[in-house]
Amino acid sequence: MAITYTSGEQVEVYRFSIPATVLIPLAAVFLQAFLPLRFRFFSIFDLPLLVTIGFATARRSPLAGLLTGSFIGILQDALTHHPIGLYGISLTVVGFGASSLGIKLDVEHSGARFLLTIFFYVVHEIVYFMIARGLVGLHMEWSWPHELLSGVANALLGVLIFMLLDRVKQRT
Amino acid sequence: MDVLGRYRNLIVLVGVLFAQVLGLAVQVKRTTDNESTRLIRIWAVGTVTPLEKALVWAQTSTGNVWHSYFYLRGVRAENRSLKAQVEQMSLERVRMSQDADQARRLQALLAFKEQFISATMAAQVIGSSGSELSRSVYIDKGERDGIKPDMAVITADGIVGKVLRVYGSTALVLLIDDQTSGVGALLDKTRLQGILRGTPSGEVVLEKVMSDETVPAGEMVLTSGGDGIFPKGLLVGRVTKVAPGTELFLNIRVRPAADLSKLEEVLVVTKIDERQAEPDQTGAARAIDILAERLPKVPAKPENAVKADAAGAVAPGTVAPTTVAPLSTGSDLKPKAVPAEASAASGAPAAQKKASPASSSGPKATAAGTPAVKDSPKPVKATAEPKAQPTVEDSPH
Repeated sequence: MAITYTSGEQVEVYRFSIPATVLIPLAAVFLQAFLPLRFRFFSIFDLPLLVTIGFATARRSPLAGLLTGSFIGILQDALTHHPIGLYGISLTVVGFGASSLGIKLDVEHSGARFLLTIFFYVVHEIVYFMIARGLVGLHMEWSWPHELLSGVANALLGVLIFMLLDRVKQRT
Repeated sequence: MDVLGRYRNLIVLVGVLFAQVLGLAVQVKRTTDNESTRLIRIWAVGTVTPLEKALVWAQTSTGNVWHSYFYLRGVRAENRSLKAQVEQMSLERVRMSQDADQARRLQALLAFKEQFISATMAAQVIGSSGSELSRSVYIDKGERDGIKPDMAVITADGIVGKVLRVYGSTALVLLIDDQTSGVGALLDKTRLQGILRGTPSGEVVLEKVMSDETVPAGEMVLTSGGDGIFPKGLLVGRVTKVAPGTELFLNIRVRPAADLSKLEEVLVVTKIDERQAEPDQTGAARAIDILAERLPKVPAKPENAVKADAAGAVAPGTVAPTTVAPLSTGSDLKPKAVPAEASAASGAPAAQKKASPASSSGPKATAAGTPAVKDSPKPVKATAEPKAQPTVEDSPH
């Protein structure tokens, strides 16, 4: 089950169709903006982040990963009233990291995906926290229990989303 | 070349990050609105909000069908309850109108200028920013509907926020629990002023109240009008917790009156007028109208009885069997015939002996709220049609 080391030759690289590449991130950003109004608890989830990790680990291309993360992040930023770049930077880092790690590790198993999502959720929050405080000057409170709990919740949802993404990904 | 090829991904990453950090720095540095990113925002909002609008429309339409056709159970009971509430509020209005009139007279003496909301626009909340750190919502009204930045957004319960950015058919509303918002507020009883701000965790605090002041929990917080966005006196919320804060100020937690996590419909204040207070000359008359409305009604006299009355005319100077309460000038008000005993016992402004018509040009109310009453030498005759004008024939002296 555990995360296993695989050589570059062993890993399978997938791609997504153009409609899936465009519509899935858009749907993630849309649902992230729409659902918390109806279901308060949903604000704990971060669908754009999960989709970024999902795309990045499936494609296993750092370049594609960082560009996907950058695009989704900027789209997410554009809906907030904060300067554009907060989510953009953090998702760029996550996209790059997830795809780079996807080359090294076998992330086809649910357990590996679960742990990977928790890890990248925390990375995302740390990067976002640093930029928001350091560059934008926002007041933010850091709470490890909250971040870890949110990480677990996102990882559980992430496993389901990755299973859905498996259905639309195509082997190259 | 090999080095570039080997570290190509890393170089692209650094380049993309550098570009974004640079862009972020430029946006933060600018004190004006982020006009440089407006195009990106318009594209993003233009992509996401039509879907949100469509979903909200579908949801609202379904809800309306349900409420209009199926969910009629309990409407009668609710109607009864609302009628009782209206009665209670009418009484309260009488008292308040007198207080208000007195206040207006005093304000007029002091040449006091008051602000009031003269126009609002209802809007539907269609989406949020999608970020816990950006507490803002999108509404389905925008530039085309006359929405402008810095307009106040309220609900019937209390204030919600202000319009931050306006797009063609949508607008972004910054909620009062966002950490970048600020609302001038004052405490209702103690009249202490402060600044209402949101916290990163989504709570609302009242800042800049000195620590040597006493603020009881449960006290109402109102807008002070000092921010130039919200008119004075709108309900903000209630104090939930007071604790010593940093430096010289208290840490006052406030629970917003409007439920910011379940916003569906809001009102955008599109026009605030300022006017010089003037004493209301019609206040007393309105109070009487309301009292007249409250008088008990007597069922309409059968036609036969009316004819019988007409045949056996009451002699001039004798007491008529019924009296009529003064009538309102409003077109929707009906005359009310009440038993003389009931009127006298309740202290209502109905004549004890004879009917007396009241209209805008009719007898004026006295200071005590009792209208002048004329004796009528003729019998009272009720008419079937409800009119604003007196329906009781009254002969001149």
